[in-house]
Amino acid sequence: MKSLKAQQHPLSKIEYELEVLDTPIKGISFADKLANSNLFPLSPTQIDIFQINMGKMCNQVCKHCHVDAGPDRKEIMTRETMQLILEVIKKGGIKTVDLTGGAPEMNPEFRWFIEEIRKISSEVHIIVRCNLTIILANPKYHDLPEFYKKHHIEVVSSLPYFTAVKTDSQRGDGVFDKSIKALKMLNEVGYGAEGTGLQLNLVYNPAGAFLPASQEGLELEFKKRLKNSYDITFNALYTITNLPISRFLEYLLRSENYDSYMEKLLDAYNPVAAANVMCRNTISVGWDGYLYDCDFNQMLELKVASPTSQHIADWNKKSLLEREIIVKQHCFGCTAGAGSSCGGATA
Amino acid sequence: MKTYYNPEDLKKFGKIGEFQKSMADKFFDYYGEVFQEGALTAREKSLIALAVAHAIQCPYCIDAYTVDTMEKGCDEEQMMEAVHVAAAIRGGASLVHSTQMMNKVKEISM
Repeated sequence: MKSLKAQQHPLSKIEYELEVLDTPIKGISFADKLANSNLFPLSPTQIDIFQINMGKMCNQVCKHCHVDAGPDRKEIMTRETMQLILEVIKKGGIKTVDLTGGAPEMNPEFRWFIEEIRKISSEVHIIVRCNLTIILANPKYHDLPEFYKKHHIEVVSSLPYFTAVKTDSQRGDGVFDKSIKALKMLNEVGYGAEGTGLQLNLVYNPAGAFLPASQEGLELEFKKRLKNSYDITFNALYTITNLPISRFLEYLLRSENYDSYMEKLLDAYNPVAAANVMCRNTISVGWDGYLYDCDFNQMLELKVASPTSQHIADWNKKSLLEREIIVKQHCFGCTAGAGSSCGGATA
Repeated sequence: MKTYYNPEDLKKFGKIGEFQKSMADKFFDYYGEVFQEGALTAREKSLIALAVAHAIQCPYCIDAYTVDTMEKGCDEEQMMEAVHVAAAIRGGASLVHSTQMMNKVKEISM
């Protein structure tokens, strides 16, 4: 399977994607809903988290990927851009650095970057969004669990379900078996085990046009099934709602589920989740150093509304804290039901 | 083409109070409470509802509880097993009555 970009799919054109997403649902926009909750314009509360897209290159081509990542994507972050990020981290205030992609490990500067962050601070919390299969993709990645452990990194990994059929239908043939092997490798070095402090958290997102289950209940089910069937342990399960952009949007339109899915998100709007959306304390950094309110806005190329600080080279915290967060219809994905963020439910 | 069942009508379920509000309010309060977490989990209740939906062959309920069970984290295998439970009870209900037939046959046979 190729990326939408490689297929030259109409949805790989941001203008078209935004045109689809600009249509109000039942005449209601996300901004309207925020206004009803006294949250419009949406403003930041703090900048605690840097979510950094290390590149769009990935060894997998997942059907729902909002990044449209895959082996045919060549956009990756350079060491020069990472240097600029390190300069900002040195200034202090950033509590968490959340590395994502693509497969962030495929960036040749991945390990160097983490080592440099650790030289600056042993306190900064580092998260790597590891797709698991990368650990087995090449012998040069086999020691990643040891590397993560050495730098005390939280590993967050997608596993849509505890069965092969549902996982492979979303993430590709054979992904479940490889993911299980990778989870065992992580468990072997202490990840997911009580008392080690090595956090291994899994991510569930629905394999279709429906909302995620309750995080608490599903976590218990995942823990039971993975322990009983594979002797795998992990710390927490994050449930994440699929946002209607990129490949998931393509699926929704192709399967004629778009309207009903958007109505479902709208009907499930939760003002508590809206108040807790992750864009309020996060800055997303693109592979080319541009700044965004979140990873989704990044993929829609909606740069932060802070004209004097749109690139990491022009970092201006004051200006960023005074910005208005850009919202569109896809934002309903973060406010539906129990809410959704890269750290799971928010309400 | 007009049919007796229209999937769009499912969305109107909440509006049945338009013709009789107090009973509808009581029903939906009760309905809501039934599906809360209790001695049974909301997930278990949803699977029971899916099985019952098939037993009573209600298309609206089948659509609603197919989505609901999936949103409770159930997979296709679990959902189909629930439907088999409904089928087993429905089939069993017919077959257990065969004992009456057998009784009658024996009663009137030499």
